[in-house]
Order: sequence, then structure tokens, then C-alpha cells
Amino acid sequence: MSEIVIKTNKLTKRFGDFVAVDEITFDVHKGEIFGFLGANGAGKTTAMRMLCGLSIPTSGEAMVAGFDIFKEPEEVKKNIGYMSQKFSLYEDLTVKENIEFYGGIYGLSNKEIKEKSTELIDKLGLHNEAKKLVSSLPLGWKQKLSFSVAIVHQPKIVFLDEPTGGVDPSMRRQFWDLIYEGADKGITIFITTHYLDEAEYCNRVSIMVDGKIEALDSPAGLRKTYEATTMDEVFYKLARKAKRSE
Amino acid sequence: MDAITVNNVTKTYNKKTVLAVDNISFSVGKGEIFGLIGPDGAGKSTIFRMLTTLLLPDSGTATVGGLDVVKDFKAIRGIVGYMPGRFSLYQDLTVEENLTFFATVFNTTIEENYNLIKDIYVQIEPFKDRRAGKLSGGMKQKLALCCALIHKPQVLFLDEPTTGVDVVSRKEFWDMLKRLKEQDITILVSTSYMDEATMCDRIGLILDGKMLSIASPEDTIKAYPEKLYAVKADSIYHLLLDLRTYEGTINCYTFGEYLHLSITTNEVEVRKYLEDKGHTNIEFKVIAPTVEDCFIRLLKHQDERNSNKDK
Repeated sequence: MSEIVIKTNKLTKRFGDFVAVDEITFDVHKGEIFGFLGANGAGKTTAMRMLCGLSIPTSGEAMVAGFDIFKEPEEVKKNIGYMSQKFSLYEDLTVKENIEFYGGIYGLSNKEIKEKSTELIDKLGLHNEAKKLVSSLPLGWKQKLSFSVAIVHQPKIVFLDEPTGGVDPSMRRQFWDLIYEGADKGITIFITTHYLDEAEYCNRVSIMVDGKIEALDSPAGLRKTYEATTMDEVFYKLARKAKRSE
Repeated sequence: MDAITVNNVTKTYNKKTVLAVDNISFSVGKGEIFGLIGPDGAGKSTIFRMLTTLLLPDSGTATVGGLDVVKDFKAIRGIVGYMPGRFSLYQDLTVEENLTFFATVFNTTIEENYNLIKDIYVQIEPFKDRRAGKLSGGMKQKLALCCALIHKPQVLFLDEPTTGVDVVSRKEFWDMLKRLKEQDITILVSTSYMDEATMCDRIGLILDGKMLSIASPEDTIKAYPEKLYAVKADSIYHLLLDLRTYEGTINCYTFGEYLHLSITTNEVEVRKYLEDKGHTNIEFKVIAPTVEDCFIRLLKHQDERNSNKDK
């Protein structure tokens, strides 16, 4: 079995009386594409924020990229990339400035930043856009750029929170090409999505219902267990019984 | 009479340097659900904004409920409901306050048209004292739909209403749209979920401001010209890379647990190529295309045309 890069044990987060994340326990392996699914309000974003060292858990344990999220949240942050659903690029900086900014934040040297920014602009075909403000880019391009800057420092793990929301089917596939390529290079991908065809592109998938992980297996395994032909059906069978609506 | 008519409408931005909508024409019948499908930046939201009288077309004419979008803009605002792509409710008002506000603006009350929104509103009613800004994704969409419906509009404009919404809530949302259709409410909707496109009566595929095709989902699929295969093997990523470099490949892309493939050669030759590349457990079958396949094909063609133009 390959190296474990995320390990949680009864990880829990409460907000007052509300248990947002309820004793979740799971492992993720190096280079794995791990789909973290659940209905709106199931607790995915909260769980992800804890794993990124952005939110302190109420109880339980978790190791991410070899560091304890309670004791060493700053080390966790240095060794991961994070792309949030709402915000990840500065709209009033240009494409090039965003790359340079993130490179700086993640501690790359000036030389590395220069190389990386040329490399990324080449790879994403953004030559004509390099000096344009990010706000002028179409959504799909922004998302590809934002994934690329989230891994600019070659982190062990990248957390992607609904990276393809509202992105058209063709552009979503281009985005997934980047994900596959990252995983092939050994970056572990931890991703949430509401497009269940994308769940099939993951090595393993967990489904959260009301703060708990109700199912965790390969897509094929889940389809078999839940006697379903598609991941849509699997998800529907599990999420339908959710008690807490959002 | 058609509920929406659009005749040769063009819209540019930035002193005519950006062509957002390029000579588009279509019409939507009363009680029809018409889907606008296209990539980001295709011009969908601009069409919504012109039909809801928030933007003026450069040229062409359009009507909503028989009224002209330029001359009769005030009357149109009274008979349409609009859910813009971005969350547009008042974040600092509660659920109930938002709804009351929209009812008041349209000179009505929540009670008067309660039957229209009841199915959705009961789901958000337990949170009626919560501020809209504190609601999660699916809940916001439900509130926005209630607010767009509270004055019993004849025509409903929904610009990506389900982006970021899970499959269970999306299904509830679409069940609701079908019930509205039964009450003769006309719906123009855009979406990036192709399963939703399939639920429309007709869909218009739009790209770079142009309408490329208008047909029912069934006819859109029938018009797919090539044989389509679903393929899988043990290493799906390397399968994808190898099939993309295969010279007989027209197009190859991921599709759930399979890759979808169209080719100029035949199955036997592709299999041989893949076996030579060392692939194992190759599965190969002919499948019926979906709306998503049609969309991807159209976009690829357009891309190729554009890149030829650049050369």
C-alpha cells in the first residue's frame, strides 16, 4: 500500500449545538484522486477547511501531509494547495501578477517564480492574456489558472472545493486533464463536485450525509453495493435520507 | 402567440469592440421550457438581460408576452420573473423579509400567490428568520425562485439556477419547474448540467454569440453524425492519452467511467493499436450519444474552425 497522506480519526466540528462534521474517519493515499461528495450543507467545506489548517476541529485527530492539523497547522498550509469554490484569484491583478503573487506566498524564489510563470502561461495557452486582468477571463480559464497556481509550489496534496461549478462540459474536461496530469505526477487530489460524472474520474469516493461519511469506496464498488448503474443513483439513494436540510 | 420572440438581435459591449450576441433569432411558445446551452461567455446572460429589459439591444427586436422589450419595458417588468446567475437577494434581510420585499415591489402579498410557491417555500420556511446571506447554496436557489415567482409571472427567466446545487435539490428544483409549466408559465433557462438540458422541451446551443442549433433534445441527439463508442481499460488516464494521439481518432474525452470515442477507422484497428500500447481489459461498445456528446462535438468543431482562422 502506498504512503498515506491524509489520515483522520473521529474528526469533529461543532458550531454551538450544530454538529457540522461528525466523527469522520478515513485515509487518503499518495497520488490518489479522492472525491469528497455530499449534498449542500452535508459538511464538506467545513471538513475541508479543517484539513487545510483553516479551522480548528472540536475533537478527533488528523494528519495531513505528515503534519498534525492541531499542532502544526502552518506546516500543513505550506505543504498543501487549496482552491476554494468562491475565491482563489485576485480579479484586479493580471494573470501574470496572480502567478507571481501566489509563487511568492508559497515561498518560491524569484528565479523559480519566473520559470513557473513562463511555464504556466505556455501550458495554459494564455500568452495573449498574460497582461490582462483576471476579471476579464472566462470562468473556465480562471478555474484552470487557479488550479495551476494552487499547485505552483508542488504541494503533496491539493484541496479543490467545487472547482468546476458552473463550468461547461467541454471546459470541465479540460480541467480534469489538468487534474489527471497532477495526479500522475504524484500530487494527491482531494476534490468536491456536484457533477457526478466527475465522481467516476476519482479513484475512491466518499459520500457525506448530515456530517457523517456514509459510504467510501471506488466508484465501481459503490455502484455495486448500492445496486446502481450510475453514481447519480448511488448519491440519490444516500443523500435522499438526509435529515438536515442544509 | 409565442411568449418570447427574438428577431435578429445583436448586442455589443465596449464601444462595439466586443460582440456578445450576434444576430440571434428564436421564439419560445407559451408554457414551453426552453434551455439555452453554451459555454461561459457565449452570450447567454446578455440574452437574459435584454429580455428582462435590463440592457438595450444594438439592433433587432424582441418581445416578451407580446410586449416590445424597448417600448414596453415597464409592462414587461411586471409580467416576468428573473433569477440572475449570481445570488441576487438581499443578504441582510431574512428569508421572509426578502419574500415580502419582492411581493411588495410587485404590489402583491405572499398570501395571494402562496399556492405557486408553496412546494418550495415549505422547505425553507423553518429558516424564515435566517438572513439570506447565511443560507447555503441549495437554499438560496429555492428562496430566489420563490422571490421570482411571488407575483405570478407569465414568463420566468432562470440564468444558471442550479449551479453549485446537489443532485437531490436539483431534481426537486426541476420537478417544480415542470409543475410551473403545467400552469402555462413559460420558462427560459440556462444550465451547465446536461441532464437538465434533456428535461427541456427544446434547447438552443449557443456559442460565441451565435445560435448554432435549436431542436428538441431527442432531435439534437438524432442529428449526431458519427458512430460513438464507449471504451475503458485498466488505466483510464493512459488510455485517454493514447487514444488522443491515435491518428484515426476524431474525438476522445472522459465520460463517467468510460471514455467516449469517435473514429475514422474501426473497432478492430483501435483494439489492435491499444493492445500494442500494452492496455489490458479493454472494453469497447457502441453507444447512443447524449446531449452532452452533441455539445462537446459542436464545441470542438468551433475550436478547430477558430484555430484555422488564426492560421
